[in-house]
Amino acid sequence: MLRRFRLEEPESVAEAAELLGRFGESAKVYAGGTELLLAMKEGLVQYERLINVKKLTGLSDVTTADGTLVIGALCTHHQLENSPVLRDKLPALTKLEQNVANVRVRQVGTIGGNICFAEPHADPGTLLIALGATMIAEQSSSKREITAEDFFVDAYETALQADEVLTKIQVPIPAPNARSAYLKFGYLERPSVGVAVAFNLNGGVSGVRIAVGCAGPAPRRVAEAEALLEGKSKDEALRHVAEAGAAAGRAAQAISDLHGSQEYKEHIVGVLLKRAFQSALS
Amino acid sequence: MAKAMTKHSDAQSIPVSFTLNGRLQEIEVEPHELLLDLVRDQLGLTGAKRSCDVEVCGACTLLVDGRPVSACTTLAFEVRGRSVLTIEGLAQDGKLHPLQEAFIEYGGFQCGFCTPGMILAAKALLDETPNPSEAELKHFMHGNICRCTGYKKIIESIMAAAKKMRAKA
Repeated sequence: MLRRFRLEEPESVAEAAELLGRFGESAKVYAGGTELLLAMKEGLVQYERLINVKKLTGLSDVTTADGTLVIGALCTHHQLENSPVLRDKLPALTKLEQNVANVRVRQVGTIGGNICFAEPHADPGTLLIALGATMIAEQSSSKREITAEDFFVDAYETALQADEVLTKIQVPIPAPNARSAYLKFGYLERPSVGVAVAFNLNGGVSGVRIAVGCAGPAPRRVAEAEALLEGKSKDEALRHVAEAGAAAGRAAQAISDLHGSQEYKEHIVGVLLKRAFQSALS
Repeated sequence: MAKAMTKHSDAQSIPVSFTLNGRLQEIEVEPHELLLDLVRDQLGLTGAKRSCDVEVCGACTLLVDGRPVSACTTLAFEVRGRSVLTIEGLAQDGKLHPLQEAFIEYGGFQCGFCTPGMILAAKALLDETPNPSEAELKHFMHGNICRCTGYKKIIESIMAAAKKMRAKA
């Protein structure tokens, strides 16, 4: 049984943002509720009002515009795993979405809700950082862009302000010679370690972006590991991938918990980076 | 059916018109009510079980517009305008669904606690993919946990039902 709350059902982003501004911390955006309702059931959070954003229009599509893939924040994981546009332009994200949680969570959970809740043990944020994604956050009469790198601040904390609504996720459509991969590992219900890699392949590897998620409090880009692969030939990069994996592991800010010790997670980061890199190359 | 809940003085009431096992229902719920409680406690359909309560085990699986959801973590008002199927609604005019028959014939259950959710999830799988590979079946059913059977008989039951359903179609 949940504690009683009032339901607000705004019909525009401006109205939703206005409600959030008016009610502050006593209100929360509610979409699929797959994370939020759990936290409420467990008594970890409590709200007087839930702002149901599912009546907002135009936020559940996957479209392309000027070399950018635009993903509506209200797209469910189920929609994304079945989106032909996404499969065509970003198959790595399609595969990630196919493997989020379970079929019931994928049915109602949204990508926007997933990244806004910022549960450390989640998948999408890690790959979005590696793909150089940008989040669009809107208030009543303004909007701004937040890079994926800057979006995830800490466990359960994003760069969104209290009265901002995440509306879109923009991902640059990769060039024909671009490669990317996301791999995760875990035996528990949520992933324990996630590694994403993206780069351009033209003789050598360039534009390398590596992100590590789940191991630490928030997914983060690991420039320390990128530098060890950047500009190298394919074979040279493969020879350095173990070193890059170790650097990524150290930079992952892994914490020891039920998912594993810090050392174990750092080791897994290295394994996943090697495999993700090889997978992306093939 | 009279509501047994105490009514809060400024409770918000949301009218919910939905189809339950093929029949129209018109009720009112408060925003915080969970679908599982509505179905089990108010409507008396106890096939769906509260087990993990964190949408991981699938024992509370219901089909909403043919798609599986965790009733334990679904607000009841979300079924407004939709169709809901519980395990009680699967048999038609006393005749068991091929999945139910297969689970019996192939021993797809022991204690039966996970079974309503398991069968409904399997129905959603077969409605989407009438001829699934074992890998596709396992991926779809990954979120339905069974402590008794070791899953082998469940897979056999679903595959057998799928074959029967394809033959009939």
